[in-house]
Amino acid sequence: MRAIAFREDRCKGCLLCMTVCPKQIIIVSNRFNKAGYKVVEVLEKNVDKCTSCAACALVCPDNAIILGPRKRRKKGEVADAREA
Amino acid sequence: MTQNKAVYSLPSVLADVPMHYCPGCQHGLAHRLVAECLEELGVAEKAICIGSIGCSVFIYNYLLVDTVEAPHGRAPAVATGVKRARPDNVVFTYQGDGDLASIGLAEILHCANRGERVTIVFVNNTVYGMTGGQMAPTTLLGQRTTTCPEGRCKEHEGQAIKMCEIVAGLGGTAYAARVALDTVKNVKQAKKAVHKAFEVQLEKKGLGFVEILSTCPTNWKMTPVQANKRISEEMIPYFPLGVFKDVTSAEDKG
Ligand SMILES: Cc1ncc(C[n+]2csc(CCOP(=O)(O)OP(=O)(O)O)c2C)c(N)n1
Ligand code: SF4
Ligand code: SF4
Repeated sequence: MRAIAFREDRCKGCLLCMTVCPKQIIIVSNRFNKAGYKVVEVLEKNVDKCTSCAACALVCPDNAIILGPRKRRKKGEVADAREA
Repeated sequence: MTQNKAVYSLPSVLADVPMHYCPGCQHGLAHRLVAECLEELGVAEKAICIGSIGCSVFIYNYLLVDTVEAPHGRAPAVATGVKRARPDNVVFTYQGDGDLASIGLAEILHCANRGERVTIVFVNNTVYGMTGGQMAPTTLLGQRTTTCPEGRCKEHEGQAIKMCEIVAGLGGTAYAARVALDTVKNVKQAKKAVHKAFEVQLEKKGLGFVEILSTCPTNWKMTPVQANKRISEEMIPYFPLGVFKDVTSAEDKG
């Protein structure tokens, strides 16, 4: 399970999650979802920095964020992207 | 693979569907807090929601509980009837500031004064959201809206109404708190307050009231991030956060 994943169909690109992430790893992607919102993302290389603190999920008004277990994965163990 | 236990999961009483709210609108967050509290208190099965008129009018699509849609402002009166007819159910209203503090001012005051065993979730976003951002009783002085384009003026329109303080002053109110949704810390506080507002109903102490300071980026003509900042910069200085009444803590002390 990926430490953090976004349900892109739910994201409205409000960027509130970006403002609360202590690791500052949430960024605006260059993708638009079906509803026309520019969604956010965490680059693959930064996923491991996520501690699953849940700050982003707590403030997301649209329940677009899925978090994995709080435990840090071992180095080299790559989580599946997207599928949560 | 490690045990995949998510640190964060959505309450099952919250429908897993996209919500119609504007980007950054915190109605969705307020819905989730209510859903989490219902679930944690184990009362989701017997909860009855009294919906109101405003952007949250479709709340029955999002909270999987029985719902009665009340006419504009009348949710506390409808809640009174529902609770008296079904005292074993957990009854709550979900209302905006146009709904509760303007057209429905009489209903909320008398409901609180009578001490009905209901919970009131009051979302204050300082405007009439659904109808296009007209001035509400809670609009701040100087705030521009479509019906006060020069900014709310004290001489003509008076100051913003502080509902939480007024409701706290009524005899039947068991708990009244004002919270905000702008920071992680405040969201956590907000959830505690919603929890407590339901607990006083369950303990038959009286009315539970939570005023939630919330954004309406669309009608404030701000980005969601700017709107969120406005809560701490403009709203909280005028609408202080805190618990204004808690009869259970008084009992503890006494
Ligand atoms: C009796 C009646 N009068 C007026 C209206 C029009 N109306 C619909 S929503 C609304 C204001 C809602 O504002 P608020 O309660 O602040 O909720 P928000 O949309 O901001 O969440 C009004 C005046 C109505 N539906 N019924
Ligand atoms: S808070 Fe939610 S809706 Fe807003 S940008 Fe982040 S994931 Fe998207
Ligand atoms: S108009 Fe305002 S209150 Fe209504 S959904 Fe949009 S942001 Fe939310």
